Amino acid sequence: MTTVVSLLVAVPLVAVGLALVLPSLALRRAVSMAASLASLVLSVIVLVSVDGGDAISVAVGGWTAPIGIQLVADRFAGLMLAVSSTALFGVLAYAVGQRDTDDAFPAFHATYHALAAGVALAFLTGDLFTLFVAFEIMLTASYVLITHRSEAAQVRSTMTYVVVGLVASGLFLIGIGLAYAATGTVNLIEMADRLGDVDSGTRAGIGWLFFMVFGIKAAIFPLFFWLPDSYPTAVTPVTAIFAGLLTKVGVYAIVRTQTLLFPSDGPSTFILIIAGLTMVIGVLGAIAQGDIKRILSFHIISQIGYMIMGLGFFTVAGLAAAIVFIVHQVIVKTVMFLVGGLVETSSGTGRLRDVSGVLHRYPVIAVLFLPAALSLAGLPPFSGFVGKLALVQAGFSAGQWIVVGVSLFASILTLFSMTKIWAGAFWGSPTTNLTRRPGRAMVAATGGLVAVSLFIAFAGQPLLEVATRAAQDLLTGGAVTIGGS
Amino acid sequence: MSVVLAVTAGALVAAGTYLLLQRLLTRIVIGLGLIAHGANLVLLGSGGPPAAPPVIDGSGAPISDPLPQALVLTAIVITFGVTAFLLALAYRSYLLTSSDGVEDDVEDRRIAGFAGGGST
Repeated sequence: MTTVVSLLVAVPLVAVGLALVLPSLALRRAVSMAASLASLVLSVIVLVSVDGGDAISVAVGGWTAPIGIQLVADRFAGLMLAVSSTALFGVLAYAVGQRDTDDAFPAFHATYHALAAGVALAFLTGDLFTLFVAFEIMLTASYVLITHRSEAAQVRSTMTYVVVGLVASGLFLIGIGLAYAATGTVNLIEMADRLGDVDSGTRAGIGWLFFMVFGIKAAIFPLFFWLPDSYPTAVTPVTAIFAGLLTKVGVYAIVRTQTLLFPSDGPSTFILIIAGLTMVIGVLGAIAQGDIKRILSFHIISQIGYMIMGLGFFTVAGLAAAIVFIVHQVIVKTVMFLVGGLVETSSGTGRLRDVSGVLHRYPVIAVLFLPAALSLAGLPPFSGFVGKLALVQAGFSAGQWIVVGVSLFASILTLFSMTKIWAGAFWGSPTTNLTRRPGRAMVAATGGLVAVSLFIAFAGQPLLEVATRAAQDLLTGGAVTIGGS
Repeated sequence: MSVVLAVTAGALVAAGTYLLLQRLLTRIVIGLGLIAHGANLVLLGSGGPPAAPPVIDGSGAPISDPLPQALVLTAIVITFGVTAFLLALAYRSYLLTSSDGVEDDVEDRRIAGFAGGGST
């Protein structure tokens, strides 16, 4: 099973190499799809294995930790890997179906798999410095993906994205340096042991520095400003996978470091305040926008607030709810952007005042939009309801009434801005620019991810049970030891 | 960590932050370079006091910690690559706009205009 865990990082890396050397587009597409499907199958195998037994630990290159690098697959990592490789596969199918994405950009498949490798490594690593390297692989690939059209708008917005990314990387390095100076290790498990003896002021300083660094990546309040500026300018598959994955890797790193390295005995008021502000400011920003992708970009921020709220309770129920919510968000957020892309493909614009009546001309797009939008707002019986219900219950049992109230208020505003897209783009008489029927493959890929989101709602109870076990592992330190397998 | 190293790292990050807040892309790139240098010095300083090279030669003399040096080397390579990309992007931006300045988000200004009574 340790081989399978290593393959989760190795398969995308091999695909990067193959996609670079293969001469024809058809071959690149075939290899790319095969590698993505293989990653999906492998990650499901790992998830089933770690949920049934112990966490899997891999000593990379045969060097046992703390000398060598340790990869750890536990339930939380397994869930994240399974859902992220589902999203990666769905978006890749959409990109291949769209045809002009990888046609106009020969290195698309190589860069896409580099991103996938970075994401997988970030979920698996048991080592702070390898986490930094994983972030850099992921971010560098994302810099290339977001700029590949290199027109004025993209270059301008990507500049912000790259500069913010580099500043965060610099702060991350400083954090690693300080943590190493305090504990003498970069292995997360060993560091967690030794941080107990570190002076509480030093520990809090390092903890908040990491919270800020990952907060920039996750786009929490007040560090989100770069996201709605940069994401909407990229092509649809790129924006969709960024929206689905990149911020969630930041959230994953926040959850991992805050539970393992800097555990709190009770609810953290500071994190809950940040969570509340992130939800409300994000959704208010969304209401002000008039472009589908920009509305959705602000919703990414708002939804990050819910995940941080689940962490802020520091209870098993809260963390489990946050994990369920992340799993639901990865899929639904990706679907929302893909549907936004379908509207743009059919009409040539995403501005709500320039397009209407999609429902009458291309009803299939409306059919795909509705479950995803209602799921985002948290209406039953869709997947967002499962996550939000679990979060609200966890909040009540932790006695945090105020932040729960704020989250419900933000949900109503989310529903409002979804109806704004629905009324603006889907209702009304069809505009004359609705001339291009979206390709079958694109619709099928989006439909597949919608089906996954419905499945998440259907399998809500088992998912919540797995997430609860994952949350117990996180809060009790889990069963993983240094170098153990 | 020695005081000299800590002060130098602090000064580099401070100067980098100042440059980062300017509107010219070249200054921003240099600022990022300075911040990265500051971060590398912090990493280097985290290895404890300097000592003999980390080579086991049987003399039994205390050796310096090799891990931060390996980390710094990795960090330098990564920063180098990303900075090269950033410079290419800055040049592309110069070709497209024939200026070196950072532009505002057009959509942001449009929406801010709603609040200000459409003054923009």
